[in-house]
Amino acid sequence: MAGTRGTDGTRGNDKPVPTRMEPPVGADSAPFWAATRESVLLVQWCTDCDRGIFYPRSFCPMCGSSGSGLEWRTASGRGTVYAATTENNPAATGVTFSNGEPYVVALVDLEEGVRMMTNVVGCPTDDVHVGMAVEVTWEPLTDGRQLPLFTPASGQGPAAGPAGGSK
Amino acid sequence: MILEALDDAGLSLSDVDGVCHAESSMGLAEYLGIHPRFTDSTMTGGSSFEVHLEHAAAAIAAGVCDVVVSVYASTPRSDRTQKRPVTRRFPGGPNPMAEWEWPYGMRMPMGPYALAASRHMHQYGTTSAQLAQIAVSTREWAVRNPRARYQTPLTIDDVLASPMQSSPLHLLDCCLVTDGAGAFVLASAGRARSLRKPPVYVLGAATCHDHMMISQMPDLTVTPGTVSGANAMAMAGISPAEVDVLMGYDSFTITALLHLEDLGFCPKGEGGPFAADGKLGPGGSLPMNTNGGGLSFTHPGMYGMFLITEAVRQLRGEGEARQVPGAQMAVAHGSGMVLSCMSTAVLGTEATL
Repeated sequence: MAGTRGTDGTRGNDKPVPTRMEPPVGADSAPFWAATRESVLLVQWCTDCDRGIFYPRSFCPMCGSSGSGLEWRTASGRGTVYAATTENNPAATGVTFSNGEPYVVALVDLEEGVRMMTNVVGCPTDDVHVGMAVEVTWEPLTDGRQLPLFTPASGQGPAAGPAGGSK
Repeated sequence: MILEALDDAGLSLSDVDGVCHAESSMGLAEYLGIHPRFTDSTMTGGSSFEVHLEHAAAAIAAGVCDVVVSVYASTPRSDRTQKRPVTRRFPGGPNPMAEWEWPYGMRMPMGPYALAASRHMHQYGTTSAQLAQIAVSTREWAVRNPRARYQTPLTIDDVLASPMQSSPLHLLDCCLVTDGAGAFVLASAGRARSLRKPPVYVLGAATCHDHMMISQMPDLTVTPGTVSGANAMAMAGISPAEVDVLMGYDSFTITALLHLEDLGFCPKGEGGPFAADGKLGPGGSLPMNTNGGGLSFTHPGMYGMFLITEAVRQLRGEGEARQVPGAQMAVAHGSGMVLSCMSTAVLGTEATL
């Protein structure tokens, strides 16, 4: 592990070293990933049934609309934690982005009505709870794209969650 | 294992004209030296074998074939202890997991179930102690099964004191990693009646899946078992109250809890309190996972075969120290991938026909 563990994603003047499995670009998601280079979060939208689509597809899986019925919209970047788990055993997952420390994997519901997997970062793992307001932040990938992660929404105190929320 | 299952039924390989296997039914048939008229390589993770049962029953009913075998064998524990190279297998076809989930380092298969548990706790107030009771009741059964890997009694405190893995799941909320194998033989009812053992009948069977990866699951507190369970029980013409033995796939304690709700044994959200009084254990009103389950008996990766073999044993009265007295009706409810594909089989004795 030690030989491959990245710290800041770089190793001297060499090419950046991935600290996580970097995502391929799917057949229908090139615009999504291109926008991440500018720190813009896009959501594919079906103008026929007026709903967000995630993950991107060649047609709308809710109403069947295709082609001209689909467009890309800029998301607000704000969302709510729908479910969350702290991975307490990073060695078992093989990731190096957390430097061996526990980290949070969550499902976040965006304001646009779609749900995506992410990591919630920028706060102690114990602070993350279901129902927590979060906003997007970006982590560079080695090819110039960025991975959308989430942090506690600005202005939200660390203890603002409801009782009974889980971490 | 196939030969043992056929011998148990009083049949031989020459009687077999249908094969099921979750990886390659062609490879299986070639190895066995048979040329089947019915073949099924359905791979839906741990529920594959309930799907095989459903498909085989339909094929026999349609006159496609007479005798079908399904088999499963896996050695993940030996692979680990002997450091054999393991190739991770994923379903064929497009794999959006690589793009939308794998970058985030979720532990598989534990992470998705942890997410479901976190949501259930938030939404319904389910507690870790309630989940732990499922592991405790299941261990009570394992204590009575000499083949179970874990046979020492367990307490709720033991579960809560075990190391936290993917929160909120503790180590003892998680299934085992064992070697194991099983097989079943399905024949037409007419043929089965003349065979060596009293037959167990497929009274209903149904399947449903509503996602492959957890981030696409519509509601993490509701599985497609609501569909497969209702359809299988409707086909059998029974209600949950008529079930004597529930074999509900317990990859994790939360998995079994969701089955209790989605199969209609208790209302949605009440699985925690429902399980908390120990009714799932020996002497309880709903005997569940009487072999000791994936939590304490065995879990070689795709556990669904063992739901069927234990249900059959109970309905034949072969449960020995763990026999549920007078068991006539059993449900084998398989769960595949990450709460993705549920497949439910209702099984009964001759008396239930």
